[in-house]
Amino acid sequence: MLFWQLFVSFLKIGFLSFGGGYAVIPMIQYEVQQHGWLSTGEFQRTVSIAGMSPGPIATNSATLIGYQTAGLAGAVTATAGIVLPSLLIVILIAAFFYRMNANPWVKSSFYGLRPIITGLIVYAAIHFGFPDPSEAIYHWTTFATLLIGVLAFVAITKYKLHPVTVIVCSGFAGIVLF
Amino acid sequence: MQTDKTSKAYLLLQLFWIFFKIGPATFGGGYAMMPMIEKEFVDKRKWMDRQEMSDLMSLAGSAPGGVGVNASAFLGYRLGKIPGALAATLGITLPTFIIVFLLSVFYSMFREEPKVQAAFKGIHGAVIGLIAVAAFKMGKNALFDRTTVITAAGSLALLLLTGLNPMVLIAVGLVLGITVIRLKKRLGLPVHTERARKENEPVIEYYI
Repeated sequence: MLFWQLFVSFLKIGFLSFGGGYAVIPMIQYEVQQHGWLSTGEFQRTVSIAGMSPGPIATNSATLIGYQTAGLAGAVTATAGIVLPSLLIVILIAAFFYRMNANPWVKSSFYGLRPIITGLIVYAAIHFGFPDPSEAIYHWTTFATLLIGVLAFVAITKYKLHPVTVIVCSGFAGIVLF
Repeated sequence: MQTDKTSKAYLLLQLFWIFFKIGPATFGGGYAMMPMIEKEFVDKRKWMDRQEMSDLMSLAGSAPGGVGVNASAFLGYRLGKIPGALAATLGITLPTFIIVFLLSVFYSMFREEPKVQAAFKGIHGAVIGLIAVAAFKMGKNALFDRTTVITAAGSLALLLLTGLNPMVLIAVGLVLGITVIRLKKRLGLPVHTERARKENEPVIEYYI
């Protein structure tokens, strides 16, 4: 039953995971909360691990959540669930609508999708910025974490640092600070 | 017939192996692997020309899912039909799956360590920054007229205030774009589905 739930949840997410990466995080969070698979803190750490690993963040999150809820078999089930829709849709497009990108229908639907994806990513950032409810909100560590976030933003947009470099540096900053 | 079968099997093995090698190198999003794929498929093996490659890549960017997985499925299908798509997708997914799985096991073992917890607090901050970067880049590209700004603000408000299922929003977005564009055409209003961009500036549907 748990395996079936994992598979179906990630299959649904897979079909609608336009915009990739962080836009998918709120959808995954919604499913995780609905089923009570992980606490907020566990979910946040899961996304951190997914962001540190190579490969797509959404797929990595699926693997990690599958593992935490049902072991290796759960990891395989969740990963298969999120990858399968891409595979199916890509095969369909490749077989039937080869010149799909020039299609005005596709252009119009992306016109509507892009701002919604933006809204989803901003939502993910806000949610991630809130601390684990089990911790005190006005603790100094909350502000230190947000400060690291601001520095990371500047490092990537202004100084063009690689995301992985930023993640590794913040890990060390965390060891020193907390 | 026998040689046909062996060459087909060899092609599938090659597809699997090329993506298996590229997979672990895709730190920081699927777009990082594009130059590597191009080198393998266009320069080294001459399986397709540059134009076809760039068409396939823009298609991969507009299908749902990770752009790396989509690109490998497209290329696999183009060269080896359905078995090719399966071999390529398995190739790109397997190495990252193994790495993430090992990290996950490692994390479960050491999550009580104070040093590991401290490092995760720092990384948590970095991930907030990374998400903000993705939002910033996507917003710069997506919000260029009144409709898009209102849609973005409205969807954010709905998510924050009502706890709406985000999947519903995506489904609405697919229909909304088509409806608004048709309506604008009907009313004789100017229609732009994309931000005005400089020549040769690529259209990217994914950020990290």
